[in-house]
Amino acid sequence: MNPGASSIIELTGVSKYFGPFKALDDIKLTVRTGERVVVCGPSGSGKSTMIRCINRLEEHDEGKIVVDGIELGEDTQNIRAVRQDVGMVFQQFNLFPHLTVLENLTIGPIRVRKMEKAKAEALARQYLDRVHIPEQAGKYPAQLSGGQQQRVAIARSLCMEPRIMLFDEPTSALDPEMINEVLDVMVELAGTGMTMVVVTHEMGFARKVADRMVFMESGRIVEVAPPAKFFSDPDSDRARLFLDQILEH
Amino acid sequence: MSAGGDIAGAGARAARVTPRWLKQARRVMASRPASILIYLAVIWAIVATALNGAEAMGYNWQWYRIPRYFFEAVEGGIVLGEIPWGLVGTLALSATAFLLATFIGLIVALLRLSDLIVGRWVARGFLEIVRNSPLLVLLYVFYYVFGPIFGLDRYSASVLCLAVFHGALISEIFRAGINAVAKGQWEAADAIGMTRWQVYRYIVLPQSVRFMLPPMTGEVVNMIKSSAIVSVIAVAELTTIGRNIISDTYMSFEIWFTIAAVYMVVTLIISTGATLLERRYTVRD
Repeated sequence: MNPGASSIIELTGVSKYFGPFKALDDIKLTVRTGERVVVCGPSGSGKSTMIRCINRLEEHDEGKIVVDGIELGEDTQNIRAVRQDVGMVFQQFNLFPHLTVLENLTIGPIRVRKMEKAKAEALARQYLDRVHIPEQAGKYPAQLSGGQQQRVAIARSLCMEPRIMLFDEPTSALDPEMINEVLDVMVELAGTGMTMVVVTHEMGFARKVADRMVFMESGRIVEVAPPAKFFSDPDSDRARLFLDQILEH
Repeated sequence: MSAGGDIAGAGARAARVTPRWLKQARRVMASRPASILIYLAVIWAIVATALNGAEAMGYNWQWYRIPRYFFEAVEGGIVLGEIPWGLVGTLALSATAFLLATFIGLIVALLRLSDLIVGRWVARGFLEIVRNSPLLVLLYVFYYVFGPIFGLDRYSASVLCLAVFHGALISEIFRAGINAVAKGQWEAADAIGMTRWQVYRYIVLPQSVRFMLPPMTGEVVNMIKSSAIVSVIAVAELTTIGRNIISDTYMSFEIWFTIAAVYMVVTLIISTGATLLERRYTVRD
Protein backbone atom coordinates (compact mmCIF):
# COMPACT_ATOMS: atom_id res chain seq x y z
CA MET A 1 0.00 0.00 0.00
CA ASN A 2 1.15 3.43 -0.85
CA PRO A 3 0.35 5.63 2.18
CA GLY A 4 0.62 8.82 0.15
CA ALA A 5 -2.05 7.73 -2.37
CA SER A 6 -5.19 9.84 -2.62
CA SER A 7 -8.50 8.61 -1.30
CA ILE A 8 -10.84 7.15 -3.92
CA ILE A 9 -13.83 6.28 -1.73
CA GLU A 10 -14.95 8.47 1.12
CA LEU A 11 -17.91 7.80 3.37
CA THR A 12 -18.64 10.37 6.04
CA GLY A 13 -21.50 10.15 8.53
CA VAL A 14 -23.40 7.70 6.32
CA SER A 15 -26.63 6.30 7.75
CA LYS A 16 -29.27 4.18 6.11
CA TYR A 17 -32.68 3.07 7.32
CA PHE A 18 -34.91 0.21 6.24
CA GLY A 19 -38.13 1.53 7.72
CA PRO A 20 -37.46 1.96 11.43
CA PHE A 21 -34.40 -0.31 11.29
CA LYS A 22 -31.09 1.50 11.16
CA ALA A 23 -28.96 -0.58 8.78
CA LEU A 24 -26.01 1.80 8.72
CA ASP A 25 -25.18 4.05 11.63
CA ASP A 26 -22.83 6.98 11.08
CA ILE A 27 -20.33 5.15 8.89
CA LYS A 28 -16.98 6.80 8.32
CA LEU A 29 -14.57 5.05 5.98
CA THR A 30 -11.89 6.19 3.55
CA VAL A 31 -10.36 3.89 0.96
CA ARG A 32 -7.20 4.99 -0.82
CA THR A 33 -6.38 4.26 -4.45
CA GLY A 34 -4.97 0.77 -4.80
CA GLU A 35 -5.97 -0.23 -1.30
CA ARG A 36 -7.56 -3.60 -0.50
CA VAL A 37 -10.11 -3.45 2.25
CA VAL A 38 -11.82 -6.56 3.60
CA VAL A 39 -15.08 -6.02 5.45
CA CYS A 40 -16.25 -8.68 7.89
CA GLY A 41 -18.71 -9.04 10.69
CA PRO A 42 -21.75 -11.09 11.71
CA SER A 43 -24.67 -11.36 9.30
CA GLY A 44 -27.01 -8.41 9.45
CA SER A 45 -24.22 -6.09 10.50
CA GLY A 46 -24.59 -3.88 7.41
CA LYS A 47 -21.55 -5.01 5.42
CA SER A 48 -23.45 -5.61 2.19
CA THR A 49 -25.57 -2.53 2.65
CA MET A 50 -22.45 -0.43 3.03
CA ILE A 51 -20.75 -1.57 -0.16
CA ARG A 52 -24.06 -1.45 -2.05
CA CYS A 53 -24.24 2.22 -1.09
CA ILE A 54 -20.88 2.81 -2.74
CA ASN A 55 -22.38 2.24 -6.22
CA ARG A 56 -25.82 3.34 -5.08
CA LEU A 57 -27.63 0.06 -5.43
CA GLU A 58 -28.85 1.26 -2.05
CA GLU A 59 -29.52 4.92 -1.36
CA HIS A 60 -28.04 6.30 1.84
CA ASP A 61 -30.30 8.52 3.92
CA GLU A 62 -27.74 10.65 5.71
CA GLY A 63 -24.12 11.61 5.24
CA LYS A 64 -21.93 11.93 2.21
CA ILE A 65 -20.40 9.40 -0.19
CA VAL A 66 -17.76 10.53 -2.65
CA VAL A 67 -16.40 8.01 -5.15
CA ASP A 68 -13.53 8.99 -7.41
CA GLY A 69 -14.29 12.65 -6.89
CA ILE A 70 -18.02 12.35 -7.62
CA GLU A 71 -20.57 12.78 -4.87
CA LEU A 72 -23.47 10.32 -4.97
CA GLY A 73 -26.87 11.98 -4.85
CA GLU A 74 -30.05 12.14 -6.88
CA ASP A 75 -28.21 13.04 -10.08
CA THR A 76 -28.54 9.98 -12.34
CA GLN A 77 -25.69 11.15 -14.59
CA ASN A 78 -23.36 11.11 -11.60
CA ILE A 79 -24.64 7.75 -10.47
CA ARG A 80 -23.99 6.20 -13.87
CA ALA A 81 -20.55 7.81 -14.06
CA VAL A 82 -19.68 6.26 -10.69
CA ARG A 83 -21.12 2.89 -11.69
CA GLN A 84 -18.91 2.79 -14.77
CA ASP A 85 -15.90 3.30 -12.53
CA VAL A 86 -16.98 0.77 -9.93
CA GLY A 87 -17.30 -2.92 -10.73
CA MET A 88 -19.49 -5.09 -8.56
CA VAL A 89 -19.48 -8.85 -8.02
CA PHE A 90 -22.57 -10.31 -6.38
CA GLN A 91 -23.09 -13.30 -4.14
CA GLN A 92 -25.56 -14.79 -6.63
CA PHE A 93 -23.40 -13.97 -9.72
CA ASN A 94 -26.38 -12.30 -11.48
CA LEU A 95 -25.14 -13.20 -14.93
CA PHE A 96 -27.57 -12.47 -17.75
CA PRO A 97 -29.01 -15.93 -18.50
CA HIS A 98 -30.26 -15.04 -21.99
CA LEU A 99 -26.80 -14.01 -23.20
CA THR A 100 -23.71 -16.11 -23.87
CA VAL A 101 -20.63 -15.66 -21.71
CA LEU A 102 -19.05 -13.47 -24.38
CA GLU A 103 -22.22 -11.38 -24.71
CA ASN A 104 -22.40 -11.01 -20.93
CA LEU A 105 -18.93 -9.51 -21.07
CA THR A 106 -19.40 -7.28 -24.11
CA ILE A 107 -22.84 -5.83 -23.44
CA GLY A 108 -21.49 -3.26 -20.98
CA PRO A 109 -18.60 -2.03 -23.14
CA ILE A 110 -20.80 -1.96 -26.28
CA ARG A 111 -23.96 -0.41 -24.84
CA VAL A 112 -22.59 1.73 -22.03
CA ARG A 113 -19.08 2.60 -23.22
CA LYS A 114 -20.17 2.66 -26.90
CA MET A 115 -17.22 0.50 -27.88
CA GLU A 116 -17.07 -1.22 -31.26
CA LYS A 117 -18.16 -4.84 -31.18
CA ALA A 118 -14.86 -6.29 -32.43
CA LYS A 119 -12.89 -4.26 -29.92
CA ALA A 120 -15.23 -5.24 -27.09
CA GLU A 121 -14.91 -8.91 -27.99
CA ALA A 122 -11.12 -8.70 -28.01
CA LEU A 123 -11.29 -7.08 -24.58
CA ALA A 124 -13.73 -9.72 -23.34
CA ARG A 125 -11.49 -12.57 -24.50
CA GLN A 126 -8.55 -10.96 -22.78
CA TYR A 127 -10.44 -10.88 -19.47
CA LEU A 128 -11.77 -14.42 -19.96
CA ASP A 129 -8.12 -15.44 -20.18
CA ARG A 130 -7.45 -13.53 -16.99
CA VAL A 131 -10.10 -15.55 -15.13
CA HIS A 132 -8.87 -18.77 -16.80
CA ILE A 133 -11.97 -19.75 -18.79
CA PRO A 134 -11.29 -18.64 -22.38
CA GLU A 135 -12.90 -21.84 -23.71
CA GLN A 136 -16.37 -21.06 -22.30
CA ALA A 137 -17.02 -17.92 -24.37
CA GLY A 138 -19.84 -19.40 -26.44
CA LYS A 139 -21.74 -21.07 -23.61
CA TYR A 140 -24.71 -19.81 -21.64
CA PRO A 141 -24.31 -19.14 -17.90
CA ALA A 142 -26.57 -22.07 -16.94
CA GLN A 143 -24.09 -24.43 -18.60
CA LEU A 144 -21.27 -23.39 -16.27
CA SER A 145 -20.42 -24.41 -12.71
CA GLY A 146 -20.90 -21.91 -9.91
CA GLY A 147 -17.19 -21.16 -9.71
CA GLN A 148 -17.02 -20.57 -13.45
CA GLN A 149 -20.10 -18.34 -13.33
CA GLN A 150 -18.58 -16.21 -10.61
CA ARG A 151 -15.35 -15.87 -12.58
CA VAL A 152 -17.38 -14.79 -15.61
CA ALA A 153 -19.08 -12.23 -13.37
CA ILE A 154 -15.69 -10.91 -12.29
CA ALA A 155 -14.57 -10.71 -15.92
CA ARG A 156 -17.82 -8.92 -16.80
CA SER A 157 -17.06 -6.24 -14.24
CA LEU A 158 -13.43 -5.95 -15.36
CA CYS A 159 -14.52 -5.43 -18.98
CA MET A 160 -15.85 -2.05 -17.93
CA GLU A 161 -12.26 -1.29 -16.89
CA PRO A 162 -13.28 0.02 -13.48
CA ARG A 163 -10.97 1.74 -11.02
CA ILE A 164 -12.62 0.07 -8.04
CA MET A 165 -13.98 -3.45 -7.56
CA LEU A 166 -16.60 -4.26 -4.95
CA PHE A 167 -17.19 -7.87 -3.93
CA ASP A 168 -20.36 -8.73 -2.01
CA GLU A 169 -19.71 -12.15 -0.45
CA PRO A 170 -18.45 -13.55 -3.77
CA THR A 171 -17.88 -17.09 -2.49
CA SER A 172 -20.84 -17.52 -0.14
CA ALA A 173 -23.08 -19.18 -2.75
CA LEU A 174 -20.39 -21.56 -3.99
CA ASP A 175 -19.81 -25.22 -3.27
CA PRO A 176 -16.64 -25.57 -1.15
CA GLU A 177 -14.55 -27.10 -3.94
CA MET A 178 -15.14 -24.05 -6.13
CA ILE A 179 -14.26 -21.37 -3.63
CA ASN A 180 -10.53 -21.45 -4.30
CA GLU A 181 -10.74 -20.96 -8.06
CA VAL A 182 -12.63 -17.72 -7.41
CA LEU A 183 -10.34 -16.58 -4.59
CA ASP A 184 -7.28 -17.27 -6.79
CA VAL A 185 -8.65 -14.91 -9.43
CA MET A 186 -9.29 -12.28 -6.76
CA VAL A 187 -5.76 -12.64 -5.38
CA GLU A 188 -4.36 -12.19 -8.88
CA LEU A 189 -6.55 -9.13 -9.32
CA ALA A 190 -5.21 -7.71 -6.07
CA GLY A 191 -1.73 -8.21 -7.51
CA THR A 192 -2.55 -5.81 -10.36
CA GLY A 193 -3.05 -2.91 -7.95
CA MET A 194 -6.84 -2.72 -8.28
CA THR A 195 -8.66 -0.92 -5.48
CA MET A 196 -10.83 -3.57 -3.86
CA VAL A 197 -13.50 -3.58 -1.17
CA VAL A 198 -14.42 -7.15 -0.32
CA VAL A 199 -17.16 -8.38 1.98
CA THR A 200 -16.24 -11.94 2.83
CA HIS A 201 -15.93 -14.58 5.52
CA GLU A 202 -12.83 -16.04 3.85
CA MET A 203 -10.27 -15.08 6.46
CA GLY A 204 -7.42 -16.84 4.64
CA PHE A 205 -8.00 -14.55 1.68
CA ALA A 206 -8.22 -11.53 3.98
CA ARG A 207 -4.89 -12.38 5.62
CA LYS A 208 -3.27 -12.77 2.22
CA VAL A 209 -4.43 -9.62 0.41
CA ALA A 210 -6.02 -7.14 2.82
CA ASP A 211 -4.30 -3.87 3.63
CA ARG A 212 -6.95 -3.17 6.24
CA MET A 213 -9.67 -5.14 7.95
CA VAL A 214 -12.96 -3.43 8.71
CA PHE A 215 -15.11 -5.10 11.33
CA MET A 216 -18.79 -4.15 11.46
CA GLU A 217 -21.59 -4.87 13.86
CA SER A 218 -25.15 -3.51 14.10
CA GLY A 219 -24.60 -1.07 11.27
CA ARG A 220 -21.49 0.45 12.84
CA ILE A 221 -17.80 0.12 12.05
CA VAL A 222 -16.44 -1.27 15.30
CA GLU A 223 -12.81 -1.72 14.40
CA VAL A 224 -10.39 -0.94 11.59
CA ALA A 225 -6.96 -2.56 11.75
CA PRO A 226 -4.22 -4.08 9.59
CA PRO A 227 -4.81 -7.84 9.24
CA ALA A 228 -1.75 -8.80 11.29
CA LYS A 229 -3.08 -6.92 14.29
CA PHE A 230 -6.75 -7.72 13.62
CA PHE A 231 -6.26 -11.47 13.58
CA SER A 232 -3.78 -11.71 16.46
CA ASP A 233 -4.87 -8.96 18.81
CA PRO A 234 -8.11 -7.15 17.98
CA ASP A 235 -8.96 -4.19 20.18
CA SER A 236 -12.65 -4.85 20.56
CA ASP A 237 -14.16 -7.77 22.42
CA ARG A 238 -16.79 -8.12 19.70
CA ALA A 239 -14.18 -8.65 17.00
CA ARG A 240 -12.36 -11.14 19.23
CA LEU A 241 -15.60 -13.08 19.80
CA PHE A 242 -16.42 -13.03 16.09
CA LEU A 243 -12.98 -14.31 15.15
CA ASP A 244 -13.19 -17.04 17.78
CA GLN A 245 -16.48 -18.16 16.29
CA ILE A 246 -15.45 -18.27 12.65
CA LEU A 247 -11.90 -19.49 13.14
CA GLU A 248 -12.81 -22.22 15.61
CA HIS A 249 -12.57 -25.08 13.14
CA MET B 1 -58.28 -35.19 0.51
CA SER B 2 -56.72 -33.75 3.61
CA ALA B 3 -55.27 -36.84 5.17
CA GLY B 4 -52.42 -35.35 7.17
CA GLY B 5 -52.01 -33.74 10.54
CA ASP B 6 -54.96 -33.15 12.83
CA ILE B 7 -54.53 -35.90 15.39
CA ALA B 8 -57.44 -34.72 17.54
CA GLY B 9 -59.92 -35.29 14.73
CA ALA B 10 -58.40 -38.58 13.64
CA GLY B 11 -60.83 -40.77 15.55
CA ALA B 12 -63.88 -39.03 14.16
CA ARG B 13 -62.43 -39.06 10.69
CA ALA B 14 -61.58 -42.76 10.70
CA ALA B 15 -65.25 -43.60 10.31
CA ARG B 16 -65.31 -41.63 7.08
CA VAL B 17 -62.58 -43.54 5.25
CA THR B 18 -63.72 -44.05 1.67
CA PRO B 19 -65.11 -47.59 1.21
CA ARG B 20 -63.38 -49.83 -1.26
CA TRP B 21 -66.30 -50.14 -3.68
CA LEU B 22 -66.51 -46.36 -3.96
CA LYS B 23 -62.82 -46.13 -4.76
CA GLN B 24 -63.21 -48.78 -7.44
CA ALA B 25 -66.24 -47.03 -8.86
CA ARG B 26 -64.25 -43.82 -9.04
CA ARG B 27 -61.43 -45.55 -10.81
CA VAL B 28 -63.80 -47.00 -13.39
CA MET B 29 -65.44 -43.62 -13.94
CA ALA B 30 -62.05 -41.99 -14.46
CA SER B 31 -60.86 -44.60 -16.97
CA ARG B 32 -60.59 -43.67 -20.60
CA PRO B 33 -63.43 -45.80 -22.09
CA ALA B 34 -65.83 -44.62 -19.39
CA SER B 35 -64.82 -40.98 -19.98
CA ILE B 36 -65.41 -41.29 -23.71
CA LEU B 37 -68.81 -42.91 -23.16
CA ILE B 38 -69.90 -40.19 -20.76
CA TYR B 39 -68.60 -37.52 -23.11
CA LEU B 40 -70.50 -38.97 -26.08
CA ALA B 41 -73.65 -39.30 -24.01
CA VAL B 42 -73.52 -35.64 -22.99
CA ILE B 43 -72.85 -34.45 -26.55
CA TRP B 44 -75.62 -36.65 -27.87
CA ALA B 45 -78.04 -35.27 -25.29
CA ILE B 46 -77.23 -31.69 -26.26
CA VAL B 47 -77.41 -32.28 -30.01
CA ALA B 48 -80.58 -34.33 -29.74
CA THR B 49 -82.27 -31.66 -27.65
CA ALA B 50 -81.26 -28.99 -30.14
CA LEU B 51 -82.41 -31.03 -33.12
CA ASN B 52 -85.72 -31.92 -31.45
CA GLY B 53 -86.26 -28.30 -30.61
CA ALA B 54 -85.51 -27.24 -34.16
CA GLU B 55 -87.83 -29.90 -35.50
CA ALA B 56 -90.58 -28.92 -33.07
CA MET B 57 -90.44 -25.34 -34.38
CA GLY B 58 -90.43 -26.67 -37.91
CA TYR B 59 -86.93 -25.44 -38.75
CA ASN B 60 -85.91 -26.21 -42.28
CA TRP B 61 -82.21 -27.19 -42.31
CA GLN B 62 -80.43 -26.09 -45.47
CA TRP B 63 -76.82 -27.09 -44.90
CA TYR B 64 -76.40 -27.69 -48.64
CA ARG B 65 -76.55 -23.93 -49.18
CA ILE B 66 -73.55 -23.23 -46.90
CA PRO B 67 -70.54 -24.26 -49.07
CA ARG B 68 -71.13 -21.52 -51.62
CA TYR B 69 -70.50 -18.94 -48.93
CA PHE B 70 -66.98 -20.32 -48.69
CA PHE B 71 -66.12 -20.62 -52.35
CA GLU B 72 -67.93 -20.78 -55.64
CA ALA B 73 -66.90 -22.40 -58.88
CA VAL B 74 -67.29 -19.98 -61.72
CA GLU B 75 -66.00 -20.18 -65.22
CA GLY B 76 -62.24 -19.90 -65.15
CA GLY B 77 -61.70 -21.05 -61.57
CA ILE B 78 -62.82 -20.78 -57.99
CA VAL B 79 -63.86 -17.55 -56.30
CA LEU B 80 -63.74 -17.04 -52.55
CA GLY B 81 -67.12 -16.53 -50.97
CA GLU B 82 -68.25 -14.07 -48.35
CA ILE B 83 -67.15 -16.01 -45.29
CA PRO B 84 -63.42 -16.20 -46.20
CA TRP B 85 -63.50 -12.48 -46.96
CA GLY B 86 -65.15 -11.86 -43.61
CA LEU B 87 -62.40 -13.90 -41.99
CA VAL B 88 -59.77 -11.79 -43.75
CA GLY B 89 -61.51 -8.71 -42.39
CA THR B 90 -61.51 -10.15 -38.87
CA LEU B 91 -57.84 -11.09 -39.06
CA ALA B 92 -56.78 -7.71 -40.45
CA LEU B 93 -58.80 -5.88 -37.81
CA SER B 94 -57.46 -8.07 -34.99
CA ALA B 95 -53.86 -7.88 -36.18
CA THR B 96 -53.89 -4.08 -36.44
CA ALA B 97 -55.62 -3.70 -33.10
CA PHE B 98 -53.26 -6.20 -31.48
CA LEU B 99 -50.13 -4.39 -32.64
CA LEU B 100 -51.52 -1.16 -31.30
CA ALA B 101 -52.64 -2.87 -28.09
CA THR B 102 -49.15 -4.28 -27.52
CA PHE B 103 -47.69 -0.82 -27.91
CA ILE B 104 -50.25 0.70 -25.53
CA GLY B 105 -49.74 -2.16 -23.09
CA LEU B 106 -45.98 -1.69 -23.02
CA ILE B 107 -46.26 2.06 -22.44
CA VAL B 108 -48.82 1.63 -19.67
CA ALA B 109 -46.78 -1.11 -18.00
CA LEU B 110 -43.59 0.99 -18.10
CA LEU B 111 -45.48 3.98 -16.71
CA ARG B 112 -46.85 1.87 -13.87
CA LEU B 113 -43.38 0.59 -13.03
CA SER B 114 -41.74 4.00 -13.35
CA ASP B 115 -40.61 6.27 -10.55
CA LEU B 116 -42.90 9.03 -11.79
CA ILE B 117 -45.86 9.36 -9.46
CA VAL B 118 -47.89 11.08 -12.18
CA GLY B 119 -47.05 8.28 -14.63
CA ARG B 120 -48.11 5.61 -12.16
CA TRP B 121 -51.42 7.37 -11.46
CA VAL B 122 -52.19 7.96 -15.13
CA ALA B 123 -51.50 4.32 -15.92
CA ARG B 124 -53.51 3.13 -12.96
CA GLY B 125 -56.46 5.37 -13.89
CA PHE B 126 -56.43 4.21 -17.48
CA LEU B 127 -56.30 0.60 -16.40
CA GLU B 128 -59.17 0.86 -13.95
CA ILE B 129 -61.43 2.79 -16.31
CA VAL B 130 -60.91 0.41 -19.20
CA ARG B 131 -60.96 -2.76 -17.17
CA ASN B 132 -64.19 -1.81 -15.47
CA SER B 133 -66.22 -0.80 -18.51
CA PRO B 134 -67.97 -3.35 -20.74
CA LEU B 135 -66.35 -3.67 -24.15
CA LEU B 136 -69.66 -2.87 -25.87
CA VAL B 137 -70.03 0.39 -23.94
CA LEU B 138 -66.44 1.27 -24.75
CA LEU B 139 -67.15 0.66 -28.43
CA TYR B 140 -70.21 2.94 -28.31
CA VAL B 141 -68.09 5.63 -26.61
CA PHE B 142 -65.44 5.38 -29.30
CA TYR B 143 -67.91 5.35 -32.18
CA TYR B 144 -70.66 7.70 -31.02
CA VAL B 145 -68.60 10.07 -28.83
CA PHE B 146 -64.97 10.08 -29.95
CA GLY B 147 -66.00 9.37 -33.54
CA PRO B 148 -67.68 12.74 -34.18
CA ILE B 149 -65.23 14.61 -31.94
CA PHE B 150 -62.03 13.33 -33.52
CA GLY B 151 -63.46 12.45 -36.90
CA LEU B 152 -63.00 8.69 -36.59
CA ASP B 153 -64.67 6.45 -39.13
CA ARG B 154 -66.22 3.20 -37.94
CA TYR B 155 -63.14 1.16 -38.80
CA SER B 156 -60.67 3.40 -36.93
CA ALA B 157 -63.04 3.64 -33.98
CA SER B 158 -63.21 -0.17 -33.85
CA VAL B 159 -59.44 -0.61 -34.08
CA LEU B 160 -58.81 2.00 -31.39
CA CYS B 161 -61.48 0.62 -29.10
CA LEU B 162 -60.14 -2.93 -29.34
CA ALA B 163 -56.56 -1.67 -28.95
CA VAL B 164 -57.38 0.31 -25.84
CA PHE B 165 -59.42 -2.48 -24.26
CA HIS B 166 -56.82 -5.16 -24.87
CA GLY B 167 -53.93 -2.74 -24.28
CA ALA B 168 -55.09 -2.46 -20.67
CA LEU B 169 -55.10 -6.23 -20.27
CA ILE B 170 -51.77 -6.60 -22.07
CA SER B 171 -50.19 -3.99 -19.81
CA GLU B 172 -50.86 -6.31 -16.88
CA ILE B 173 -49.21 -9.16 -18.77
CA PHE B 174 -46.16 -6.99 -19.41
CA ARG B 175 -46.07 -5.88 -15.80
CA ALA B 176 -46.20 -9.42 -14.50
CA GLY B 177 -43.55 -10.53 -17.02
CA ILE B 178 -41.23 -7.69 -16.07
CA ASN B 179 -41.71 -8.31 -12.36
CA ALA B 180 -40.95 -11.99 -12.88
CA VAL B 181 -37.36 -11.16 -13.88
CA ALA B 182 -35.06 -11.59 -10.87
CA LYS B 183 -34.10 -8.44 -8.96
CA GLY B 184 -30.42 -9.38 -9.30
CA GLN B 185 -30.69 -8.84 -13.05
CA TRP B 186 -31.64 -5.21 -12.49
CA GLU B 187 -28.81 -4.77 -10.03
CA ALA B 188 -26.21 -6.34 -12.31
CA ALA B 189 -27.34 -4.15 -15.21
CA ASP B 190 -27.43 -1.04 -13.01
CA ALA B 191 -23.98 -1.89 -11.69
CA ILE B 192 -22.42 -1.69 -15.13
CA GLY B 193 -23.95 1.75 -15.60
CA MET B 194 -26.84 1.02 -17.95
CA THR B 195 -29.65 3.54 -18.27
CA ARG B 196 -33.16 2.52 -17.30
CA TRP B 197 -34.05 2.19 -20.97
CA GLN B 198 -31.00 0.01 -21.69
CA VAL B 199 -31.83 -2.26 -18.77
CA TYR B 200 -35.31 -2.83 -20.20
CA ARG B 201 -34.17 -3.15 -23.78
CA TYR B 202 -31.20 -5.50 -23.36
CA ILE B 203 -31.71 -7.29 -20.05
CA VAL B 204 -35.25 -7.34 -18.70
CA LEU B 205 -37.61 -7.47 -21.68
CA PRO B 206 -35.73 -10.27 -23.48
CA GLN B 207 -36.02 -12.34 -20.33
CA SER B 208 -39.70 -11.49 -19.79
CA VAL B 209 -40.68 -12.89 -23.17
CA ARG B 210 -40.95 -16.44 -21.97
CA PHE B 211 -43.12 -15.38 -19.03
CA MET B 212 -45.34 -13.34 -21.31
CA LEU B 213 -45.73 -15.69 -24.23
CA PRO B 214 -48.49 -17.94 -22.83
CA PRO B 215 -50.78 -15.13 -21.61
CA MET B 216 -50.10 -13.11 -24.77
CA THR B 217 -51.34 -15.97 -26.93
CA GLY B 218 -54.45 -15.97 -24.81
CA GLU B 219 -54.85 -12.29 -25.60
CA VAL B 220 -54.49 -12.87 -29.35
CA VAL B 221 -57.29 -15.42 -29.14
CA ASN B 222 -59.39 -13.08 -26.99
CA MET B 223 -58.79 -10.26 -29.45
CA ILE B 224 -60.04 -12.30 -32.38
CA LYS B 225 -63.11 -13.30 -30.43
CA SER B 226 -63.91 -9.86 -29.08
CA SER B 227 -63.41 -8.30 -32.52
CA ALA B 228 -66.82 -9.82 -33.32
CA ILE B 229 -68.38 -7.06 -31.28
CA VAL B 230 -67.67 -4.45 -33.96
CA SER B 231 -70.47 -6.06 -35.98
CA VAL B 232 -72.84 -3.87 -33.93
CA ILE B 233 -71.51 -0.86 -35.81
CA ALA B 234 -71.44 -2.83 -39.07
CA VAL B 235 -67.69 -2.98 -39.66
CA ALA B 236 -67.02 -5.58 -42.35
CA GLU B 237 -65.75 -8.73 -40.63
CA LEU B 238 -66.77 -12.31 -40.05
CA THR B 239 -69.68 -11.75 -37.66
CA THR B 240 -71.05 -8.88 -39.71
CA ILE B 241 -70.92 -11.10 -42.79
CA GLY B 242 -72.83 -13.74 -40.84
CA ARG B 243 -75.53 -11.25 -39.94
CA ASN B 244 -75.75 -10.07 -43.53
CA ILE B 245 -76.10 -13.58 -44.93
CA ILE B 246 -78.81 -14.38 -42.38
CA SER B 247 -80.78 -11.28 -43.22
CA ASP B 248 -80.76 -12.46 -46.83
CA THR B 249 -81.43 -16.14 -46.26
CA TYR B 250 -82.93 -16.63 -42.77
CA MET B 251 -80.58 -19.62 -42.25
CA SER B 252 -79.62 -18.45 -38.76
CA PHE B 253 -78.89 -21.89 -37.31
CA GLU B 254 -76.57 -23.03 -40.07
CA ILE B 255 -74.76 -19.72 -40.41
CA TRP B 256 -74.12 -19.18 -36.70
CA PHE B 257 -72.87 -22.73 -36.31
CA THR B 258 -70.58 -22.19 -39.29
CA ILE B 259 -69.29 -18.81 -38.12
CA ALA B 260 -68.59 -20.21 -34.67
CA ALA B 261 -66.71 -23.12 -36.23
CA VAL B 262 -64.58 -20.76 -38.34
CA TYR B 263 -63.62 -18.74 -35.25
CA MET B 264 -62.81 -21.93 -33.42
CA VAL B 265 -60.59 -23.29 -36.19
CA VAL B 266 -58.61 -20.05 -36.33
CA THR B 267 -58.12 -19.73 -32.58
CA LEU B 268 -57.21 -23.43 -32.24
CA ILE B 269 -54.54 -23.02 -34.92
CA ILE B 270 -53.11 -20.02 -33.06
CA SER B 271 -53.09 -21.82 -29.71
CA THR B 272 -51.35 -24.82 -31.21
CA GLY B 273 -48.75 -22.64 -32.89
CA ALA B 274 -48.13 -20.82 -29.62
CA THR B 275 -47.60 -24.10 -27.77
CA LEU B 276 -44.90 -25.04 -30.26
CA LEU B 277 -43.31 -21.60 -29.93
CA GLU B 278 -43.32 -21.84 -26.13
CA ARG B 279 -41.56 -25.17 -26.30
CA ARG B 280 -38.78 -23.53 -28.28
CA TYR B 281 -38.41 -20.74 -25.75
CA THR B 282 -38.12 -23.07 -22.78
CA VAL B 283 -35.21 -25.10 -24.14
CA ARG B 284 -32.63 -22.86 -22.53
CA ASP B 285 -31.82 -22.92 -18.79
